[in-house]
Amino acid sequence: MITLTINGKAARFDGDPDMPLLWYLRDELALTGTKFGCGMGLCGACTVHVNGEATRSCLTPMREAAGKRITTIEGLSAAGEHPLQKAWESCNVPQCGYCQSGQIMQAAAMLKSKPHPTDQDIDSNMEGNICRCGTYQRIRQAIKMAAGVQA
Amino acid sequence: MTPAISNVSRRGFLGQIFSAGALVIAAPLVPKLKAAGTWQPSVYLGIEPDGTVKIVAHRSEMGTGCRTGLPMIVADELEADWARVQVIQALGDAKYGDQNTDGSCSVRNFYDALRAAGASARTMLENAAAAKWGVPEAECHGQNHFVVHAKTGRKLAYGELVALASAAKTPEASAIRFKTPDQFRYIGKDIPIVDLKALVTGQAVFGIDARMPGMVYAAIERPPVMGATLKTCDDAEARQVKGVEQIVMLDLAKPPYGFKPLGGAAVIANNSWTALQARNKLKVEWDLGEHAVYDSAAYKQAMLDTARQPGRVARETGNVDAEFAKGGKKLEASYYTPMLAHAAMEPVAAVAEFKDGKVVTWTCTQNPQAVQDTVARAVGIKKEDVMCHVTLLGGGFGRKSKPDYVAEAALLSKQVGKPVKIVWSREDDVHFDYFHSPAALYMKAAVDEQGHPTAWLQRSVFPPIAMQGNPNEEYGGFQLSMGWTDIPYPIPNLRVENGPAKAHVRIGWLRSVSNIYHAFGVQTFTDELAASAGRDRVEYLLELIGQPRVIDFGKEGMKQSGPNNPKYPFDTARLRNVIEVAAQKSGWAKKKAAPGRALGIAAHRSFLTYVAAVAEVEVHGSEIRIPRVDIAVDTGRVINPDRVRSQFEGAAVFGTSVALMGEITAAGGRIQQSNFDRYPVARMNEAPLETHVHIITSDAAPAGVGEPGVPPIAPAICNAIFAATGKRIRELPVKGQLS
Repeated sequence: MITLTINGKAARFDGDPDMPLLWYLRDELALTGTKFGCGMGLCGACTVHVNGEATRSCLTPMREAAGKRITTIEGLSAAGEHPLQKAWESCNVPQCGYCQSGQIMQAAAMLKSKPHPTDQDIDSNMEGNICRCGTYQRIRQAIKMAAGVQA
Repeated sequence: MTPAISNVSRRGFLGQIFSAGALVIAAPLVPKLKAAGTWQPSVYLGIEPDGTVKIVAHRSEMGTGCRTGLPMIVADELEADWARVQVIQALGDAKYGDQNTDGSCSVRNFYDALRAAGASARTMLENAAAAKWGVPEAECHGQNHFVVHAKTGRKLAYGELVALASAAKTPEASAIRFKTPDQFRYIGKDIPIVDLKALVTGQAVFGIDARMPGMVYAAIERPPVMGATLKTCDDAEARQVKGVEQIVMLDLAKPPYGFKPLGGAAVIANNSWTALQARNKLKVEWDLGEHAVYDSAAYKQAMLDTARQPGRVARETGNVDAEFAKGGKKLEASYYTPMLAHAAMEPVAAVAEFKDGKVVTWTCTQNPQAVQDTVARAVGIKKEDVMCHVTLLGGGFGRKSKPDYVAEAALLSKQVGKPVKIVWSREDDVHFDYFHSPAALYMKAAVDEQGHPTAWLQRSVFPPIAMQGNPNEEYGGFQLSMGWTDIPYPIPNLRVENGPAKAHVRIGWLRSVSNIYHAFGVQTFTDELAASAGRDRVEYLLELIGQPRVIDFGKEGMKQSGPNNPKYPFDTARLRNVIEVAAQKSGWAKKKAAPGRALGIAAHRSFLTYVAAVAEVEVHGSEIRIPRVDIAVDTGRVINPDRVRSQFEGAAVFGTSVALMGEITAAGGRIQQSNFDRYPVARMNEAPLETHVHIITSDAAPAGVGEPGVPPIAPAICNAIFAATGKRIRELPVKGQLS
């Protein structure tokens, strides 16, 4: 039996400990805001926070998630009012929107360690998150808006 | 022609969407396209007694914003308060007319009809208020969810008028009171998409998120080469995986492949991961069949060779051969663009239940009626017995118009007796795509002393989309009108040809389709001629397009009807204008090229929209950076400018992937890429840092938006690379060609 904390609530899992956290979240808990994109840590769509760190849930087996605090897009803020979520709305970032949960979770973790990121910081922190619609320019703009840095 | 409108509020067939007493307007829409017989769309809107306006979005949302833009049109003419509008996604149903969300046509094919639907409803509300007040109808005006009688200051809320209006007669087309464009409340304004909050909070439902009670999960081992047949399947190991319920065999598709499910061995399991893991433990041997010969390197060479041979003539004026025979300066070049995969961030996905001879499905589809057709045929029921709910799409780009994956879910549900969710891994999504075709192009021109072409020959070769219906089809057909036969240069001797190529994989349409390679050939060759003449690229491009005129392609030797559309004539003044705007906004004349840094331009009209792009590149060894792209767009009247800007910003990124890194190859018939490691797409640090979109203000009929930004990007980037480095890019992708 694996126990862990998901968005502040205790959760348990007694299946295959090799199963990635991604599928536990999606299939067992119906927390579908975390997306499947590649299964290999190549696209960032599945990004969640594990003990506060941006982590690819598709590469995180449940055995490694044991005892950890997991935050998904559904738990990032109570009313969807994290500064990044508000900035994402102000900048009308999403097109199809599929990758945006992962983008926001990745950016949220970055801002904790780099509250005033430069363009280079943003590139190096966000280049693992693919957006096939090509919203990168607005993602950059929204991160800067949330961080209160000059766009 | 104004569409006929009928009041259908008493028919009751929208019971699921509208409560009893709602005023419902049905507008059978017949767009003025030549294939009128196949276009009979209907769009619905309803007003609840409490004043809530419900607008049915009958097209699919994959990121273009049409689920917001189409309802904006209705709400504007209705004079509805946007805050009180609810958007309802339509089921797949022929009563809505065409729902295939492709070809960048949602706004352009429905603009008039949706205005008529909104205006008709408002006219009925105004007439109802006039009757109630006993005043002339013309004195009553809908205004932000009220009908107002200005003379007396009286007003009635729309909701209060529903009962009266729904009993009234639908106005004749001539009696509908339309707004004038200066009265537009929403059209032309930036409106956030209706799903914005849901998307940034993880609440939005995509196809891969859809669930049905009691569903099981399935992953399929499909034939690795088109037409491969099963020799043996050892499922012993897969069956032992905990959570696997059963292994089910699906019949293999036979040509023509159309949208048919490919078939194979399916693992049914208790979650996605178990299904995928157990699928990988199947030991399947295939007889690969005739397409095992497919080797994309040899195929490329064969296509390039074919492009050097005479082909079928698709357009001809003057006498190209005689002009070439005269001697004088001639230039020629071959170009190649590779096969591409769509690689939408959401792999294709569906959940379906077969029960009591009917199917219910929830899926990310661009084409819900094709879902009905395909599923019905696959499981042997009537189309009307397939209920297709359309979720949001995590990108589509053309792939999700082909519902093979939905039929898989339905077939499996029929076999296992439970709802089945079909799970496609990224590897499945790449291997079993309907690929954007590879293409070889051959261009030749004779030029005069000023460097202007006196004769121009262009020939394209690519396996056609028509292979879906006829696997032996080798010629491009309708695809030739996408940036090839509609070349706008008034050259006295001009011939457009197409050579044969037979498909070895499923070929499909991908965002802007044949315009990708055709624009690459024409716009790169144009740049080559300008370079050879030592001319400024913008000036030369404008000279080739010539004086402003409306082109009659029939008179200019085009063999097919192609893009001649009387509502959207090819007006070269508009093409010239976007070139001039892009040049001016990018600082073309002022920015001096430095070693390794330069600008490049390309212009292309597709989906009836005129686009010019200027790309600025910096090349350091094999590293390419794109600090800035300027795109000028004339797409006629714009509904939601912010979504138009976002589509063109995105097209710059999509086009960058095409230019720099996208390539699918095959060996032994098998696709060699499977995930984003070997099929890279542009990431944030590789995409243009800034894309500036300049929308031309226009009251011309609205044209396409989703696709036309893509074609000029690759040639603009490659022309800039030439200007920066002297290296001419004649094959895509660029990656690996710069040292």
